[in-house]
Amino acid sequence: MPVMGLTGNYAVAHAVRLSRVEVVSAYPITPQTTIVEKLSEMIEKGELNARIIRVESEHSALAAVYGAASAGSRAFTATSSHGLLYMHEVVWWAAGSRVPLVMAVVTRAIGPPWNIHVDHQDIMDQRDTGWIISMAQENQEVLDLTIQAFRISEDPRVYLPMIVGLDGFILSHTRAPVDVPEQELVDEFLPPRRQPYVISPETNLVMGNIAPDDVHFLMRYSMAEAMEAAKRVIEEVDREWGKLTGRSYGGLVECYRCEDADYLAVITGSWSGDAKVAVDKLREEGIRYGVLRLRFIRPWPAEKIAVHAEGKKGVLVFDRAISMGGYGPLFSDVSATLYGSRISLEGVIAGLTGVDVKPRDFAEAMRRFASEVDEKGFVYKPREWLLPRKYRENPEKIREVARIWS
Amino acid sequence: MVVNIRKLPDKPYIMPGNAACPGCPETMGLRYVKMALGDNVVLVIPAGCSSVIQGIAPRSGINFPILNIVFAAAASAASGMKAAFEQQGKDVHVVVWAGDGGTGDIGFQALSGAAERDEDIIYICVDNEAYMNTGIQRSSLTPYGAWTTTTWTGKKEHKKNVPAILISHGVKYVATASVGYPADFIEKLQRASKIRGFRYIHLLAPCPIGWRFDPGLTAKVAQLAVQTGLFPLYEYINGVFRLSPIARRYKDPKKRVPVTEYLKLQGRYKHLLNKPEEIRKIEEYIENTWRLIEALEKTFTEEGGRGEQVFRAL
Amino acid sequence: MARIEPAETLFLAPLSRPAPGSAGRTGTWRVVKPVVDLDKCTGCMLCWLYCPENTILKTGEGKVRIDYEYCKGCGVCANVCPFHAIEMVVEG
Repeated sequence: MPVMGLTGNYAVAHAVRLSRVEVVSAYPITPQTTIVEKLSEMIEKGELNARIIRVESEHSALAAVYGAASAGSRAFTATSSHGLLYMHEVVWWAAGSRVPLVMAVVTRAIGPPWNIHVDHQDIMDQRDTGWIISMAQENQEVLDLTIQAFRISEDPRVYLPMIVGLDGFILSHTRAPVDVPEQELVDEFLPPRRQPYVISPETNLVMGNIAPDDVHFLMRYSMAEAMEAAKRVIEEVDREWGKLTGRSYGGLVECYRCEDADYLAVITGSWSGDAKVAVDKLREEGIRYGVLRLRFIRPWPAEKIAVHAEGKKGVLVFDRAISMGGYGPLFSDVSATLYGSRISLEGVIAGLTGVDVKPRDFAEAMRRFASEVDEKGFVYKPREWLLPRKYRENPEKIREVARIWS
Repeated sequence: MVVNIRKLPDKPYIMPGNAACPGCPETMGLRYVKMALGDNVVLVIPAGCSSVIQGIAPRSGINFPILNIVFAAAASAASGMKAAFEQQGKDVHVVVWAGDGGTGDIGFQALSGAAERDEDIIYICVDNEAYMNTGIQRSSLTPYGAWTTTTWTGKKEHKKNVPAILISHGVKYVATASVGYPADFIEKLQRASKIRGFRYIHLLAPCPIGWRFDPGLTAKVAQLAVQTGLFPLYEYINGVFRLSPIARRYKDPKKRVPVTEYLKLQGRYKHLLNKPEEIRKIEEYIENTWRLIEALEKTFTEEGGRGEQVFRAL
Repeated sequence: MARIEPAETLFLAPLSRPAPGSAGRTGTWRVVKPVVDLDKCTGCMLCWLYCPENTILKTGEGKVRIDYEYCKGCGVCANVCPFHAIEMVVEG
């Protein structure tokens, strides 16, 4: 198994190649673009036997791969930010039709103003759609998750499309050593495509005409059930991949130094690595945190969170997105999961719009929460802001900036 | 190639008991699509009347395999389906069946993209000249003067000429057709089916509900649109243009049926029947339409009668 | 090509198959009905060709009959018949 120096985006492309995808379609958007560039190159060089459709928009990109998937082929697209928002309607349509499909989402902030840097607003916007949503921490995991995504999406217990999330630039454009498995290994792991139905002259099936409302209700129920089933499938797939490659990540969640911790930090995506560094640092100070990294946002790993939170003094949730007028999306779900537990909870909004959050920033928030819980016994703070450091240190500066930008 | 009505396949391509309104031109048109192309067809249908005509699941009133798709995405979903069938080594006609809104308005970007990429699909715009499914709202393909529920005093702009725009895309095949002339439409579909690449057919489909005419007159109104010169029937194949045989006589303005004969059958024009200046505007539109036809004929007729050979070969 | 397998869990997809009556017995929509005068009918099949509903059926004798269970009574057939062999008669 060769180890290659790959950016996150190239790791996606290699995974797509190894998964023997038959139809690719995408539209350029930073920071996704190098995925479709690499796939175009692979296809033109004959390294991947697939058709690539160079569409005129993201709406069309997802519609094209959805059409291909409905016709029975393994298909893939990728996008970011505004591209993802533009295809949002098709995101729903694809999920509701129960056709297996995989999409990489390279996370990026949403404008205005124009901003190509990372946050999770775009991917969090897809939570209700019926797509399985995963988030990688590093490039190796990007490759592994992308291959697994086809297996999970095409599992008859699931039959839902899946998003592989990777953070813009931090992963997408940063080279790291990635163990690229041999084709035989992937072939062993990933069976030929399975799907619930195919639209073709042979089947004469019709997808999507009006159904009775009560039956449509049952379809929604069945999607939700499939999400529950997906939890088991994700765990199985993670274990099996571990046996084949030696890389198992813990399924729905990864827990870092959780067992003996007094506090948990819940987080997802690449910045989890910085949170782990902060945890190590705080241990030296005698503050015992663990990091519960959510590898999947949908299905929501409620049971895992509840088990890992049990007996902890407090749970601190880091959100890189916000539901305006509400809370961080992870916080809302963690709060619902832990309702009635009397575990202290705080939601921190940080790292929006590409603002870097360093281990010392994480440590600062963690330290503050731990001392407040120790002091008061119980804390419930749904929305705390971890502003960029220079504004935390010098709040008058905020007014100054606001005067210029108004 | 001449279509013999008695030899056309007699299969229920439209299932009786579907949800179309009485006198629907779309169900008429769908029957001809399959009479012409046979069973090796998959339809892609964006939002519109034809999504509703199918009726209530688990039955469907249109006897085709169908992928229903969101409004703006028909041409792109069809591109993907075709790519998949090709990858699987299957030769399937992927046919988009989209309304005028799904073609000229919300679906226009995807249509233009698929046309430019020369996707190997047949795109049929079934043009009933407004958003009929949502209750007769104007589209960019609603003609000048027509009443709709969003143009109560008549539309102030002329109809967008989508087939001419498609010719400008340089696609392999563009044709106009009318449900009033099924044999002509079937012939065009059969010719189109023998060509590889992007093929576009613009099918005029008079809607009794939206145009406000007696549902028994669908075919008659569809014929009058051609006979008045409002909707010329033609074909463009790979750089060769020709008027369809039934439409040739209407090149001569004297042979055209006066446009009022067409307008007075339709309630949507009731408010302008006694306004000569309004009728004059519609007549001017006809004149301009034919100026463009003549230009296309002149531009895309090749010397030595090669044009006719192109058509006869198919 | 995909293998089609039933799902183990509860699975419903928005699928249909072509079948008559997807909007019910649409013959009940009718206010006027077409009646064919077989003496005038020449079997030219124009009515069959234009019928939007596929409710004009060919008979063994080379003529046509109406499927009244589903015919919506639009009257297109009566209007296209060159021999005036189809009359629209008020229901009742």
